[in-house]
Amino acid sequence: MSLGVLAAEGGEALTLGEPNWFVEHAYVIAILPFLSAALTLFFGKRTPGKGPVYGILAIGAGLVLSLGTVWSFVQGGGPFEHNVEWFTIGPLHMELGIYVDGLTAVMLLVVTAISLMVHIYAVGYMHGDVRYTWFYVVLSLFTGAMLVVVVASNLFQLLVGWEIMGVCSYLLIGHWFEDHANSSSAIKAFITTRIGDVPFMFGIFALVLATGLTTSNIQVIGEEVASGHVSTLLITVSALLLFGGTIGKSAQFPLYVWLPDAMAGPTPVSALIHAATMVAAGIYLVARMFEVFVQADPIALTVVAVIGGITLLLAALLALVQNDIKKVLAYSTISQLAYMVAALGLGEAGYPAALFHLFTHAFFKALLFLGAGSVIHAVHSNDMSDMGGLRKPMPVTYWTFLIGSLALAGVPPLAGFFSKDEIVLVAFDEGTWWLAVVLLVGAAITAFYTTRMVLKTFFGDYRGHAHPHESPGVMTMPLVVLAVATCFVGLLGFAPTGAPFLDWVYFGTEPHEAHFSPLVAGISILVVSIGLWAGWTTYRRYRTPDPIERLGPLYGLLEHKYYLDDLYWRGIVRPIRDPLAAGVYWFNQHVLDGVVNGAATVSRGLASLVSWFDRTVIDGAVNGAGVVAGVFGRGLRTIQTGRVQWYAVALFAGVIVLTVVFVRV
Amino acid sequence: MVRLPLLLIFSALLFSAGIYGVLARRNAVMVLMAIELMLNAVNVNLVAFSAEIQDVGAQVFALFVIAVAAAEVGIGLAIVILLFRNRASINVDEVNLLKW
Amino acid sequence: MTAQEYAFLAVATVGSLAALAVVTARNVVHAALYLVVTLASVGITFLLLGAEFVGWVQILIYVGAIVILFLFGLMLTKAPIGRDALDHQNRALGLVVGVVMFIGLVSLITAVYPIADAEAPPPAPGASAILGEALFRDFVLPFEAVSFLLLAALIGAIVLARKDEGS
Repeated sequence: MSLGVLAAEGGEALTLGEPNWFVEHAYVIAILPFLSAALTLFFGKRTPGKGPVYGILAIGAGLVLSLGTVWSFVQGGGPFEHNVEWFTIGPLHMELGIYVDGLTAVMLLVVTAISLMVHIYAVGYMHGDVRYTWFYVVLSLFTGAMLVVVVASNLFQLLVGWEIMGVCSYLLIGHWFEDHANSSSAIKAFITTRIGDVPFMFGIFALVLATGLTTSNIQVIGEEVASGHVSTLLITVSALLLFGGTIGKSAQFPLYVWLPDAMAGPTPVSALIHAATMVAAGIYLVARMFEVFVQADPIALTVVAVIGGITLLLAALLALVQNDIKKVLAYSTISQLAYMVAALGLGEAGYPAALFHLFTHAFFKALLFLGAGSVIHAVHSNDMSDMGGLRKPMPVTYWTFLIGSLALAGVPPLAGFFSKDEIVLVAFDEGTWWLAVVLLVGAAITAFYTTRMVLKTFFGDYRGHAHPHESPGVMTMPLVVLAVATCFVGLLGFAPTGAPFLDWVYFGTEPHEAHFSPLVAGISILVVSIGLWAGWTTYRRYRTPDPIERLGPLYGLLEHKYYLDDLYWRGIVRPIRDPLAAGVYWFNQHVLDGVVNGAATVSRGLASLVSWFDRTVIDGAVNGAGVVAGVFGRGLRTIQTGRVQWYAVALFAGVIVLTVVFVRV
Repeated sequence: MVRLPLLLIFSALLFSAGIYGVLARRNAVMVLMAIELMLNAVNVNLVAFSAEIQDVGAQVFALFVIAVAAAEVGIGLAIVILLFRNRASINVDEVNLLKW
Repeated sequence: MTAQEYAFLAVATVGSLAALAVVTARNVVHAALYLVVTLASVGITFLLLGAEFVGWVQILIYVGAIVILFLFGLMLTKAPIGRDALDHQNRALGLVVGVVMFIGLVSLITAVYPIADAEAPPPAPGASAILGEALFRDFVLPFEAVSFLLLAALIGAIVLARKDEGS
């Protein structure tokens, strides 16, 4: 346990306190969900309600413990690390352990809180599902895996949790695997994230190498990297390789294609895994390994920022044209994750901003997904053209969804405003103007598509066929809880309130000072208002075709998702295949036909010569080849009797011959 | 206690007898028995060298061989029984579906 | 020649003859019983070498379990009797391969370890305590892998041998 010195906002130094009981026993939080997964698997069908009881109890307990953990940091407690030896391979010591600092505590809180809400919500949403109990098993297992990632003190343990999450994601996206589209989405998600995992794994190897093959402990790696013994090249390469894992898991360009398809899973899963927690694991990874990124060549952080910027715009534009309510949210998730990635790319100043956005985003995005689930539950369709006018039959869903949407759009004083504003402010402070502009444009687009989504879903006349009704209390309760949280969590990072969040989560030895710039806030409010106003004027009345289609060629581009899927599917093959086919065709039409026609017109004599030549020599050669192959085939066939003992005779005879050859007796 | 080459010759004899059995028998159960002879020859070698180099690791491997042999007999006999049920014969030379 | 060596020669002679009988017997049940003799002689060889634990395991597992399994296999497949039913036409070829293999191995062994020069080593370290320590400390991972293999074999055997209810 290390005692450090922390500079409080006022400047007076205060010593970090001892971590409390909850911090020292944080591993319990990670173990509980595994326990509940096992219990649900074996006894779930016999419990009342056929499954959710264990999961809700375990994760509820986890939430209480997480609150205790956060409390330790609220009171100024220090970080805590505890390891037990797992096994030793040569010089490499593998450990199992926990490392809990403010970042860990906040992540624990987010994961358990969202997971608990989703567990409760799914009682209503998944009611009567064929694999209801199984659903809870995997949901608990997933939560446990995410918590393992969060508390892991070393990279191998982190990787274990990381991969279990991948498997759970696969299982849950393919939950309704009877439909072929769902199972292929699951496979796509799994394989695409695996592509990112390969560099991630190599990044781990590189970092273990940097410690002289002795440990994969994250703190030790951090010290080693900061000590200057390790070459900058190795650090840079490892940082970029680790970021590969983030690109896969957090769905960044160019591997974001899996996340929209992942919406094939049940909506509570989308809320938990594909919006609030698992996709944030990539961000968490970069944050946890931030020392490596900081010590690397500046190019590494620039790559991070550029990837974030690109993804942010691409995904926000894609969200404009989606008609499936979940896909709008999926693309907005990618775009919001890109905000965090971009903020991390800004270096140490961006670190708390990125994580604060992660924190707030988890709440309002989970809220939005659960709200969308409630709507889908009511109208039995994902398509927004089957919705409309749901404001009246579903008031609770409407109000909570509206709060979530405004938070996403960045309207003060809701959660999204503070965190997004913080990132923009850092971008201005660091002088990264291009990124600041990208962030602001992204914010405007976000406001626009959010307005479009809300107006198409809840305003106008109802266009669907089912009879919409408000969802049961077990589904609306989590919505209300999350909506309340969305209203207030933003204040935790607001400078005039003291920004307590920044005292818990910081990089380096002392917390960052909280800023607030009325100018930047004003600009960002202005931009968001433009987006909202544009959305309102365009979609105030429902119109077909969607006004967005007037974008013309851009619409076509977006409709086909920048042809990125097509690029991956066929792009490697077609540029090679098509010119080749055209060339062969041209050769056939011009050269071969020309020769044949020419030969025919020169003289009949020559033609008959050619004919004779054709009949005897060429046919002879062709037939001859066939006959020779047949003869050899018949001959070889007799060896292949299908009797294993003949093969064994040959095998042992071969062994004897080889022995004689090698030994030369 | 016992000189190494004597043990190795014993093992070679068991092994060769096993090879003959595998090649000459047509009853699948007999073939499996011959394979057991060969596995035992390997075990004799392992234990003999364990004494020669005074190391216990070789005996651990002998134990693993015994365990694997048990698994192999279990699966092998299950296949033989399945074969018998489907074809009313367990002659290996009549099972020649593997050809082209 | 030590006393153990005389004992070994006697045991090995019996075991070798029984091994030859296993592969030539005309009655399958007799073959299985000869197999018992061979396996037991191998077990006794282990005991003579000082490998107590492996020796007893050999006797318990092989003689006690595997041979019984063979006998069940023979019964369930109606154990045919007679040379034609047991051996096939390329017996001579098998004999050639077997004999050549034996001659090759013996000449290799005697070339590398001449019998006259060899010295008898002390007993192998084979007490259960030592073996247990090795097995559960140095070889614990392979040991777990083997246990998993046995489980897989168990399930595989059940799946293969049970009668399908539906079809």
